[in-house]
Amino acid sequence: MPKSAIERAAEVTPPAVARRIKGLSDRAIAWIFVTPTIVILLAINIFPLIWTIWLSFTNFRVNRPNNAVEFIGLRNYERILTDPDTWMTMQATAHFLFWTIFFQVLIGFALAYLINKKFKGNDMWTTIIVLPMMLSPAVVGNFWTFLYQPQIGFFNYVVSFFTGVDPTSFSMIGDVSLAPWSIVIVDTWMWTPFVMLICLAGLRSIPDNIYEAAECDRASKWRQFWTITIPMVLPFLMLAILFRGIENFKMFDLVVQLTGGGPGSTTELTSINLKREAFEKWRTGFASAYAVILFVTVFGLASIYVKALNRVKAR
Amino acid sequence: MKSRFLMANALLAATVLGAAPTAQAENLTLCWAAWDPANALVELSKGFESQSGHNMSFEFVPWPNFADRMLNELNSGGKLCDLLIGDSQWVGGAAENGQYLKLNEFFDKEGISMDDFIPATVTGYSEWPKNTPNYYALPAFGDVVGWTYRKDWFARPELQTEFKATYGRDLDVPNSLAELKDIGEFFQGRNIDGKKVYGAAIYTERGSEGITMGVTNALYNYGFAYENPDKPYDIEGFVNSKGAIEGLEFYKDLYDCCTPPGSSDWYMGANIDAYKSGQVAMQMNFAFIWPGVEADANVGGGKSGYFPNPAGPAGQFAQLGGQGISVVASSDKRAAALEYIKWFAQPKVQQDWWKAGGYSALRAVVEDPSFASSQPYAQTFLDSMAIVKDFWAEPSYASLLLPMQARVHNYVVAGQGTAKEALDALVEDWKEVFEDEGKL
Repeated sequence: MPKSAIERAAEVTPPAVARRIKGLSDRAIAWIFVTPTIVILLAINIFPLIWTIWLSFTNFRVNRPNNAVEFIGLRNYERILTDPDTWMTMQATAHFLFWTIFFQVLIGFALAYLINKKFKGNDMWTTIIVLPMMLSPAVVGNFWTFLYQPQIGFFNYVVSFFTGVDPTSFSMIGDVSLAPWSIVIVDTWMWTPFVMLICLAGLRSIPDNIYEAAECDRASKWRQFWTITIPMVLPFLMLAILFRGIENFKMFDLVVQLTGGGPGSTTELTSINLKREAFEKWRTGFASAYAVILFVTVFGLASIYVKALNRVKAR
Repeated sequence: MKSRFLMANALLAATVLGAAPTAQAENLTLCWAAWDPANALVELSKGFESQSGHNMSFEFVPWPNFADRMLNELNSGGKLCDLLIGDSQWVGGAAENGQYLKLNEFFDKEGISMDDFIPATVTGYSEWPKNTPNYYALPAFGDVVGWTYRKDWFARPELQTEFKATYGRDLDVPNSLAELKDIGEFFQGRNIDGKKVYGAAIYTERGSEGITMGVTNALYNYGFAYENPDKPYDIEGFVNSKGAIEGLEFYKDLYDCCTPPGSSDWYMGANIDAYKSGQVAMQMNFAFIWPGVEADANVGGGKSGYFPNPAGPAGQFAQLGGQGISVVASSDKRAAALEYIKWFAQPKVQQDWWKAGGYSALRAVVEDPSFASSQPYAQTFLDSMAIVKDFWAEPSYASLLLPMQARVHNYVVAGQGTAKEALDALVEDWKEVFEDEGKL
């Protein structure tokens, strides 16, 4: 009869170790195993968080090690929340978040719905569609600057081809009204496949017999779509929205490479603004307060959203 | 046995002899931006290696990330760089935070005199506080914003005739910023050799320092001043003076009328590309690009000319670029790093530096009678270095730069608000920084 894993582990445990742990309760042994993880988590997650919160009440600057650190109460928070520029970056971020998620969900679900149908070359198309999300955001940002180039850019050429507009007459990343859309387009191009994959997983998890039962009940395709497909895929869709929402709230590299936050501050997202405060102006205390505000915002929104998600799943 | 005895003797001899110039051979790392002059410095430094026995390594970072990377290194007390050719505006922060070694004693001991260097470069790259004899760098690379133009296009008879008929003067190097704009307008959208070309490539970059390095060339010449000359940090009415507002309006007009489509985020590299590919008649850029222009197959060999930033109603000035070489205070190899600076300061090495494509700031080199005719751009370099002004070099330089980038880009490129609103807002931003610093 083969020995169990526990028996094998007992055999190879040195007698000295066995003697030492003899008499320890299961709970104590569990603590021994869990403690290193807790210590690491405390060291690299919880401590920096607490330290950041503390710094947010000070005027600390990491590039001025000789200056005295003063406790300034809520002044950093007050300055951030009353600064119109901060609200402009919040608006830019909200615009970016809303429209990227809207388009990614719409196109991603449509693509998943199509890919879910059995057709020749299905796998090949899936591979081609997911290629953009495998690229580095910095690389994507960089090469889209060329695609958007008014004189030689492919994007402007395509727009010109279909509309007859002179390709040099508009600049996607240089025009205030177009720049916010330029980053939405690139992010949608890059991350729609991610949403598609999650939706595809949702679609494939729906058992065929539900559709068969609906067919027996003479439910139309349209009815099946709204009463079976959408409700069954909804938790997956909501999960995709959560992932994309969190990711895009902290979007940085792609936008920096693409527009640098410009023109002016039109595409300066909160993460770019935060990076400038923290690592260019070196206002560490101020940037810590900024980070805390963003953390609370994301955490709060995500918590509400996860509750909604759980309610949908429970239905 | 015999061989062991010989080896021991050889080791002893090597130790004694090797100790003569310096204690030991070191591996020195020099940090700078990744650009053409840096490659020239690698070649030049081979002379130092053979002379001193030290090995040189180089850490070159592309310009857009240079400040981030190097200031991080300095602020964290990193030991990556023993020598740093840092931007002129960093000297204040690096000096006050003890990140650069003060070089006065070393200069005195080695007989290196700052009087031997172009005064503007000493003030710009070495001194902190400015205009005091406290030196934290040796001027390493003189640089300044100037203009490059298509001499071959300017010389075309049909263009000459048309220009004269339109503007009543010859198509030639502009004497003023207004004339420069006329030329830009003249070339904008013109068809030359079957290709649509544009007036000028100017600095518009948003992310780092680009648009500030460009717009100051208009601001200075229209009357912008950083502060009241009699009262430091008194900026109201100087930064947003009537002349400064006109200067900012001029830069926006120049951007609107005369730049290629899509040039909303251009800096050094993009301007070079636009010029070399024959897109523009003129380009604003730092002087470091001129050797590369001369050597270029499309625009070099006499097809290009150079001129200093033209005058405006309030005078003629140009934005200072360039850097000094400093010893990083956290380096463990400071003695060897100082040896490098001593070697680099020698007139012969400075002469070779100029020949290799580096802009020496040593007066013995640039004031040599043969200097002005040594390269087609040498006289323009001299003329430009005589009219330089620099951005703030305060420890809070980045906090001063970032709002200027945002305010100017918002007005010039994004077209939001007025020039007055942009500069008034900049004054408020800068006041806040100085208040935070306890200087107001």
